[in-house]
Amino acid sequence: MLELAIGIILGGCALGAGCAMIAGIGPGIGEGHAVAKACEAIGRQPECKGDVTSTMLMGCAVAETTGLYALVIAILLIFVAPGRFVDILLKAIGR
Amino acid sequence: MSIVYLILCILSMAAAIAVKVMFVPASDGIDISGAHVFFTVKMPIQDLPITEAQVNSWCVILAVMFLCLFLTTGLKTRNISIRQMLAEWIVEKVTGLVRTNMGEYFEGFAPFIAAILGLSGFSSLSSLLGLFPPTSDINIIAGWAILVFFLITYYKMKAGPWIYLKSFGQPQPLLAPLNIISEVATPISMAFRHYGNVLSGSIISVLIAVGLTKLSHSLFSFLPGALADFPYLRIGIPAVLSIYFDLFSGCLQAFIFAILTMLYVAGGFPAEEYAARKKKRQERAAAKAACSHTAGKNAEL
Repeated sequence: MLELAIGIILGGCALGAGCAMIAGIGPGIGEGHAVAKACEAIGRQPECKGDVTSTMLMGCAVAETTGLYALVIAILLIFVAPGRFVDILLKAIGR
Repeated sequence: MSIVYLILCILSMAAAIAVKVMFVPASDGIDISGAHVFFTVKMPIQDLPITEAQVNSWCVILAVMFLCLFLTTGLKTRNISIRQMLAEWIVEKVTGLVRTNMGEYFEGFAPFIAAILGLSGFSSLSSLLGLFPPTSDINIIAGWAILVFFLITYYKMKAGPWIYLKSFGQPQPLLAPLNIISEVATPISMAFRHYGNVLSGSIISVLIAVGLTKLSHSLFSFLPGALADFPYLRIGIPAVLSIYFDLFSGCLQAFIFAILTMLYVAGGFPAEEYAARKKKRQERAAAKAACSHTAGKNAEL
């Protein structure tokens, strides 16, 4: 019975980490749009290349934040959460 | 004299490597366990662990300090050396960056921004020496982000605490809780952005190195003896990824942390209210001086 409970905890953590990383779609699309627009801008005004590139990198890094939140959640779910949850379970059943 | 500082700069990074070699147990395969804890100091509320991240961070601080001393010893006005040119170039660039992003009033921020850039950049680059990069530990970055949060709050309060409190109910008093949440979210997002980028880079590097080891073992298993155990695919291929994850990403995140610090501090500063308050204060002081002047004259008469 205990093995089943721990198995469910581990499986749940792995599934949760996988689901959390769905958030990676958003920054991917957003950064793609940003780079596309930057390419257009450079094509129109090649003399502004430096400014456009640095602003684009800055915007990309800020847009990446939501993806990184998901990444932190996924890392916590894989490396930290299982141990904590198993401890809580063992404490709850009094072992 | 300057060469001594350069040697000290290299020595402080060598000290970090020596500490790692002597006290951190070696591991093979996948090892993503965070910073190694050297020892814990007993404290009344909670124990204080001294970790690899802290030690490396202090070594990087020492290295950056000695590098600055190396660049700035023996400054001259004529026949300047390449060292001095480099130092002047750094100062010029950072001052220009601060001036364009923050305005004239915040020009004194240039050393602070340069310190953030240097510390963050060299911390991320220390992974090139095989050290645990301090920026991939959230405690280090969270400390910087909290420092920046205090700076932002200080400059928001520059025009008086009442104006600071009024800014929370800005478009609508109903939105005050959301404004408070977004205020607290600023340091959290700054910390997570930097730490997540560096940590994800190191995790991906470890996973790729392990995968390439397994792949080369299965591909070259026909070779005789010890030749089969050698991970051939790990030569060169992970270095390509390291250019992005260690060099580019580390420097970019340092730059972005500095830019966001500048934007938040300059953006939160209520310039108009501060100018109005300063003017009012000056007028009051002038009126007071004039009043005392006339009073003195009256007394003389």
